[in-house]
Amino acid sequence: MNPLVLYFHKFGSPPYFYRVAGLWLPWLYALALVTGTVGLYGGLVMAPADYQQGDSFRIIYVHVPCAWMSLFAYLFMAANGFIALVWRIKLSETLAMAAAPVGAAFTFVTLVTGSLWGKPTWGTWWTWDARLTSELVLLFLYFGVIGLYHAIEDTRQAARAAAFLALIGVVNLPIVHYSVVWWNTLHQSQTVSFTGQSKITASMLWPLLVLAFATHAYFFASLLARARVALLSLESGKEWVRGLLTSEPAHG
Amino acid sequence: MRPGTTAAACIALLRRDFVLTWRRRGDALNPLLFAVMVVSLFPFALGPEAETLARIAAGTIFVAVLLAMLLSLDALFRSDLEDGSLEQLVLSPHPLALLIAAKVLVHWLTTALPLIAIAPLLAQLLHLPANVLPVLLAALALATPLLSLIGAVCVALTVGMRRSGMLLTLLVLPLIVPALIFGAGACNAAQAGFAFIAPLLWLGAWLALALVLAPLAAAAALKISLT
Repeated sequence: MNPLVLYFHKFGSPPYFYRVAGLWLPWLYALALVTGTVGLYGGLVMAPADYQQGDSFRIIYVHVPCAWMSLFAYLFMAANGFIALVWRIKLSETLAMAAAPVGAAFTFVTLVTGSLWGKPTWGTWWTWDARLTSELVLLFLYFGVIGLYHAIEDTRQAARAAAFLALIGVVNLPIVHYSVVWWNTLHQSQTVSFTGQSKITASMLWPLLVLAFATHAYFFASLLARARVALLSLESGKEWVRGLLTSEPAHG
Repeated sequence: MRPGTTAAACIALLRRDFVLTWRRRGDALNPLLFAVMVVSLFPFALGPEAETLARIAAGTIFVAVLLAMLLSLDALFRSDLEDGSLEQLVLSPHPLALLIAAKVLVHWLTTALPLIAIAPLLAQLLHLPANVLPVLLAALALATPLLSLIGAVCVALTVGMRRSGMLLTLLVLPLIVPALIFGAGACNAAQAGFAFIAPLLWLGAWLALALVLAPLAAAAALKISLT
């Protein structure tokens, strides 16, 4: 068998994943902490104040990475849901369901920081503008996935149903987004772009990118930690879990 | 028509569902009553001035109709699940997506059509301008099948649960937002004297997409729920 395929098969086995994820976890957390500190220092202290918005613009260093992560986590969840439904890989079910609460948390932080920024800048906590509304709908979608997962008793069936809902959400999200855009606008247009020239100076940009990296590291750390616990409870009757509990004092 | 063909199965299912609805026709009236009640509460909250009511009329009617349909969606598969016929549908040799489409059609005809029929009355209650009424009816005619179809997918996912009402609402509402935006948007545009065709066309396009995909998705969801 192709070594890469073999590696994926190995990675899909819960005991192997549990062990490898346990090895990665401290490094991912450390990476998230270090890059997060550097990025926050760069953004909150070193970057110059905006000539129009003053210091209040600095909240984008939390807001924007979280907004990116809210979408990334949803796509990650849906992609794993797809794998779980098509190839019936148990680990993907676990990963998809572990991603949902983390993504919901990022979405919530995005909404809260956005409204904190909106008060001094737009003069209102909330406007029904296109991106805020899409983000709110995204939060409801996350809640739907989490709610469905917890409402069905059989864990694996619940994961498959919730993964299916996540996939429907992926089809629906662009429709929601564009219908909301059509419906109105007040939000400022996109300023950071990977394909074209960014409309933000380099001294303001680099902390943002560092923080985007830090949120990714945190997402994966949190995801792996959640997935490990979920695997333990899912496989609680299996031999490897029993071996794990009897041979060594519990950790992680 | 030869018995045993897919068409015969669909027609038998349609007849059976119509007969079941007719035998419990009191229940079928509940969504109508609900919509009338919701709409008649708004003047109490906002005051009886005709201008205020006319401004929010289209949106209110839209929301009331969608909520009334949501209320009845819950029962789409329930009696079939209880008497075991849902499992027979899943096991039958005919394409499950078509059979579900037949059930959704019955749901739309027995729930949404009466609601659309009563919409002119609701419009009168809220002083909707007469020239907006055709747009409202057209928008409802396009948006309610969407809700039936998307709702069927969500009901299929929650079919085994005892108390699925609140969860079903949580699943359906974010998915139905565009229908509300375009439907009520068309009415508001017409009321303001703007062009209203574009949002209706968008609704139609989305309905065409959902007509093809939603029964397939509902069939897949039902298979997940019943394993």
